[in-house]
Amino acid sequence: MTAAPEAVLADQESGAAAGPGPAGRGRVILRRFLSNKGSVVGAIVVVLLFLLAFLGPVISKYSYTEVDFSALREAPSAQHWFGTDRIGHDEFALVVRGLQKSLLIGLLVAFFSTVLASIVGACAGYFGGWADRVSMFFVDLLLTLPSFLIIAIMSPLFKNSSWLIFVVLLAVFGWMITARVVRSMTLSLKNQEFVRAAKFMGVHPMRIIVRHILPNVASFLIIDATVAVGGAVIAEASLSYFGFGVQPPDVSLGTLISDGTSAATTYPWLFWFSAVMLVVFVLAVNLMGDGLRDALDPTSDRVSRKQRRIAARQAAERRAKAANGATTTPNTTAGSPA
Amino acid sequence: MTTAATIPSPGAAAGGSGPLLSVRDLNVHFRGPHGLVPAVRGVSFDLNRGEVLGIVGESGSGKSVTSLASMGLLPPSAVVEGDVQLDGQQMVGATDGRLSRIRGDKVAMVFQDPLSAFTPVYRIGDQIIEAIRIHRDVDKATARKRAVELLDLVGIPNPDVRVDSFPHEFSGGMRQRAMIAMAIANDPDVILADEPTTALDVTIQAQVLEVLKTAQRETGAAMVLVSHDLGVIAGTADRVAVMYAGRMVETGTVDEVFSRPRMPYTLGLIGAVPRVDEATEDGTAVQRRPLVPIPGSPPAMHELPDGCPFALRCPMAEAACRTAEPPLARVRGGSEGHAVACRRAPEIVERDLGPTDIYPLPEIGESEVAEVPREQRDSVLRVTDLAKTFPLLKGSVFKRRVGSVYAVDGVELDIRRGETLGLVGESGSGKSTTLFEILDLAKPESGVIELMGKDTTKMSKAELKQLRADMQIVFQDPMASLDPRMPVSEIIAEPMRALGRPKEEVRAAIPRLLKQVGLNPEHAERFPHQFSGGQRQRIGVARALSVDPQLVVLDEPVSALDVSIQAGVLNLLQQLKADLGLAYLFVSHDLSVIRHIADRVSVMYLGRTVEAGDVDTVFENPRHPYTRALLSAVPIPDPERERARRRILLPGDPPSPTQKQTGCRFRGRCPVFLALDEAGQRRCAEEVPALDTHGPDHVAACHFPDARPAEELVVEG
Amino acid sequence: MLGYLAKRLGYYVVMLLVAVGLSYALASTSLNPRANFEGRSPRPSPASVTRQLDDLGVNPDTPLADRFGTWVGHLAHGNLGQTINNTPVTDEFKNRVLISLRLLVVGTILGTVCGILLGAWTATRQYKFSDRAAAGLSFLVMSIPTFVLALFATIFATGLNTWTGHQIINFTGQSTPGLSGGFFTHLGDSLVHLILPTLTIGLMLIASYSRYQRNTMLDVLGSDYLRTARAKGLPYRKALFKHGLRTALIPMSTFFAYGFLGLLTGATFTELIFGWHGMGEWLVNSINQNDVNSVVAYSLFAAVMVLIAGFLSDILHAALDPRVRHA
Repeated sequence: MTAAPEAVLADQESGAAAGPGPAGRGRVILRRFLSNKGSVVGAIVVVLLFLLAFLGPVISKYSYTEVDFSALREAPSAQHWFGTDRIGHDEFALVVRGLQKSLLIGLLVAFFSTVLASIVGACAGYFGGWADRVSMFFVDLLLTLPSFLIIAIMSPLFKNSSWLIFVVLLAVFGWMITARVVRSMTLSLKNQEFVRAAKFMGVHPMRIIVRHILPNVASFLIIDATVAVGGAVIAEASLSYFGFGVQPPDVSLGTLISDGTSAATTYPWLFWFSAVMLVVFVLAVNLMGDGLRDALDPTSDRVSRKQRRIAARQAAERRAKAANGATTTPNTTAGSPA
Repeated sequence: MTTAATIPSPGAAAGGSGPLLSVRDLNVHFRGPHGLVPAVRGVSFDLNRGEVLGIVGESGSGKSVTSLASMGLLPPSAVVEGDVQLDGQQMVGATDGRLSRIRGDKVAMVFQDPLSAFTPVYRIGDQIIEAIRIHRDVDKATARKRAVELLDLVGIPNPDVRVDSFPHEFSGGMRQRAMIAMAIANDPDVILADEPTTALDVTIQAQVLEVLKTAQRETGAAMVLVSHDLGVIAGTADRVAVMYAGRMVETGTVDEVFSRPRMPYTLGLIGAVPRVDEATEDGTAVQRRPLVPIPGSPPAMHELPDGCPFALRCPMAEAACRTAEPPLARVRGGSEGHAVACRRAPEIVERDLGPTDIYPLPEIGESEVAEVPREQRDSVLRVTDLAKTFPLLKGSVFKRRVGSVYAVDGVELDIRRGETLGLVGESGSGKSTTLFEILDLAKPESGVIELMGKDTTKMSKAELKQLRADMQIVFQDPMASLDPRMPVSEIIAEPMRALGRPKEEVRAAIPRLLKQVGLNPEHAERFPHQFSGGQRQRIGVARALSVDPQLVVLDEPVSALDVSIQAGVLNLLQQLKADLGLAYLFVSHDLSVIRHIADRVSVMYLGRTVEAGDVDTVFENPRHPYTRALLSAVPIPDPERERARRRILLPGDPPSPTQKQTGCRFRGRCPVFLALDEAGQRRCAEEVPALDTHGPDHVAACHFPDARPAEELVVEG
Repeated sequence: MLGYLAKRLGYYVVMLLVAVGLSYALASTSLNPRANFEGRSPRPSPASVTRQLDDLGVNPDTPLADRFGTWVGHLAHGNLGQTINNTPVTDEFKNRVLISLRLLVVGTILGTVCGILLGAWTATRQYKFSDRAAAGLSFLVMSIPTFVLALFATIFATGLNTWTGHQIINFTGQSTPGLSGGFFTHLGDSLVHLILPTLTIGLMLIASYSRYQRNTMLDVLGSDYLRTARAKGLPYRKALFKHGLRTALIPMSTFFAYGFLGLLTGATFTELIFGWHGMGEWLVNSINQNDVNSVVAYSLFAAVMVLIAGFLSDILHAALDPRVRHA
């Protein structure tokens, strides 16, 4: 909210200056974030869901593999909080297990795809030339085929392997748009005078990327990674729903929704708990991302008009991407005109 | 509608009584994170028919907000109070519908940035036609005819063709002309021009100011000219109002305010501006005196002090100044219109104080190097016949070369130890390309770059690394050139780290460097945004000095700063040069700054050096017609002198650098070329002029340095 | 301008070829068609399986490059090979593609137009109740995965049908099988079946397009040219729509390309949920049956659609922005 007040100092001799110190920026961001009701609610819900996912198995009376033959398709009760499924699994145990898997996948995918995207994007943007052309051709190519299609085709290969392979696939086919945005941000940063200055001082290119470029795209990356968690969870659930993702006996929110769909009207607890959990989590993550965007937005700092315009454009691209992630698979788009 | 009926037609209005535009006690606040922040505080003025009022002030002084507020064009976050009467009609609080009928008809506006002021997707002509048809019930063909006439009036060549151009197909100067054409389309009574020439080069600025005067003459309109440039105001305005921290602090006729300023702030401003005519008073005597530095920077508007807002920076401030804000009162002994808001004004009047009487001038010595004759000093940088072409690419994916941009083609530079070379040129002249070619330390496309007497192409990597330390750069934009995410100590340490200096040495150097540039060493852990613009530029200087360079390249180092801040930075640079025996390559578009700071000057046009030599010799006796036109276009903050000047107006814009030029590349705009006979013109067209010697340290590349310019391009005053 | 578009088209064709080659390689290596034959009863002899695989051109023992070469040879004659059930892929393609396109085209037009209008409208009402309500709803819709949104829609329709006791909304399949009646009965039936899937896709698009349009519109609100338009006497709203909206549409053309891949994926899922016999169902069945040729045909379809969307967006961009047109 507050731009740091410009120090009112004599140019000749500097007196006491106002404005937050190095730690001040963090505090300003936190205050901005906390002043946004939606984002605070989102953050609380996300934390609660994480607690549920990882503490749930501890407090649950049943394990997700356990079968209670005395209770088949029973409605929620004191014994089975979320009821039981067709063969007597405790639905609560299943949902927390599924939630845990989905959240883990979401977190890992978001982390790895963001790392990949920032490396490729920053290098392509900074070095330009062939490095840029080759990597952008690659991005366009990956964007020509929907990632759900590629992963679905490859699903037979990992039918019997660990779910971690699934994480790798989702990350490998989910970084392209972020890389594009990082690249365009790098291109504009590269022409900024402080990067030029470093170049003329003889600073090594990789050091420039690490010390000057990445810290300046960090706020975008943080926001993007947050929204990408939601996108990855959606992608995981969608693919698992159609049998291309997490394989039984393991469960995720996607497989649970899939199992419960046919009974949605007759045994609603089998469908609604997992479905609502999924929607609530994605909504909470998106709200959090939105709050972070406002809190980290460089336009709320003291910046020039030009930077403001660049930032506005980037925000737009970011939103394009966020919207996209939410339409099903994360981070998928068409090869956009250069 | 009764309101429509009360708007008299432009013709009928003439001869009406009372001021055309009357502003009384205008207050504007913006809703922001600090609550309501004032932007304009109690401004009042009158504008009479046909009069030009100049509003001058630094950034954030409220000058633009004043003009926007009187048109009702401020964003919804603004709270406007007060009284703005345009020909008897209240503008404050009027509905958008009612204001829309007045805007563009009775009062028109010319904005600063001509690039973004036109809607990019519509043709220029259509936008002018729209302006006409909003207020006049005419058919499209008639409006179009009028649009062509207007474009012709403002000097757009081939107006019947260019009327169908899109904004991006116009150059900056042409866009601003078109903007003026649109403003006068409905014969307004008042033209509000908000920094109309700030984004333009100096020769284009001269053209546009001339067009603005023509437009005003044609329509008989009154004009409010908002500018930060004292020279522009001095040459154009009848009356002037000086604004500071949202208040009007001095007002009067231009002659009175410029020759007998009575507010310490105005005195400081006038003393802080370097002047292109600096040395002409009595030969060379006044040259190189330091500029008047106004200490500090303007107060933040959300935490204005009680009392006079200027008291913090004012050397004459006394206790009473800090308790109550003085009202704008008539200057004793001055003419009726001259008013000033200062408690100490009577004393200033009585003792007739000037800028240097109020502000203490820093003592700046001479370096030891300066005593050695120039010929005996070592060469720091020598550039001979430098050329650089960029490929002109087309295609989005598979790029192919369709031509070349001849960015630099024949640049000569020579800098000796301890001297400042000013590199002057307008945008597109190749100044930046030249700099980057030198700074890259790579093999130039053609020509030779010698640094410290050594050819850069004949050096090993280790030697080149050492050379990096000998040459450092300070950039134009002090915000952009410092990484916003790094504390100042890290920023200053970066060049030392890149050269692998030991850690202890780096740590010890930081406080010393900060002190050297006039900053508090305790602020080393702060971030750039916690400093003001002038301080940030000092950080940039400290960073450049950290590796003890011999040559500092200064790329427009003060053009992003306000005048009062600029003076302090220029003085600092002079001081450092004297203390450390530095050599500067000082790039600037501002000839006044060059005149003030440089020992020698080199003028570039379209990628080529056209004139070079000792700064006084070149400025006093320019031999190249381009240099002459350039110098005559620089506005001087002295109304009397401005009126007496003869200006050479250059026609058109510089040609595109994508064409390989034959002969003299200036001839397309050359006022001398126009007046030459056929044989002379043929010579200019076929033969590239060489840099001929015109004195001990003076070269110019012109075939006819003594010929007179065509009379039609010379305007008076 | 034409030159520019031609160049873009050329780029897209190269992209298409590489993408199809890539998906051919992927499908051929990851799917195991032999398993499909071996799983049949009675179990065919290995020799006959190999023969059938050879006939289909999907024998894993043949080098990949040779298989691809044969496939491309067929493609040159407009032949996409045989499905695993030995019917021509082209026939299956023709039967299904129109069903999918119906949903895609209607959904895109509905979603884009409504989304842009909603976005422009909410931008002019920034921070008012209607703006906030639209923002909240869009956010909710964007947080619901398409397949869940589709499921919600079916549950809602089932509930509605049960509650009223009538089949008000038919949503299983793209039409009622064995329906007797004239052309209009069939048309009406198709339209009723189109309601829910279109609504699902449309909502998804409206949510994201309206947010984006609102943002580009707000970016324009502070622009100098809007101020110029008002300074010459245009009232606020008129200036906003004539100068603001027109310019704010330019980034939409890029967004259209960005958004299409998501739309394609969403449409595929929607089809599946509503039991349409479209391209999506074909893909899922083909992967489960290890039908390489059909999977590649789907990839071709997806890539062509994406690239058409990209090309359309190039054309739109050039049409909207004179700076591109005259480049």
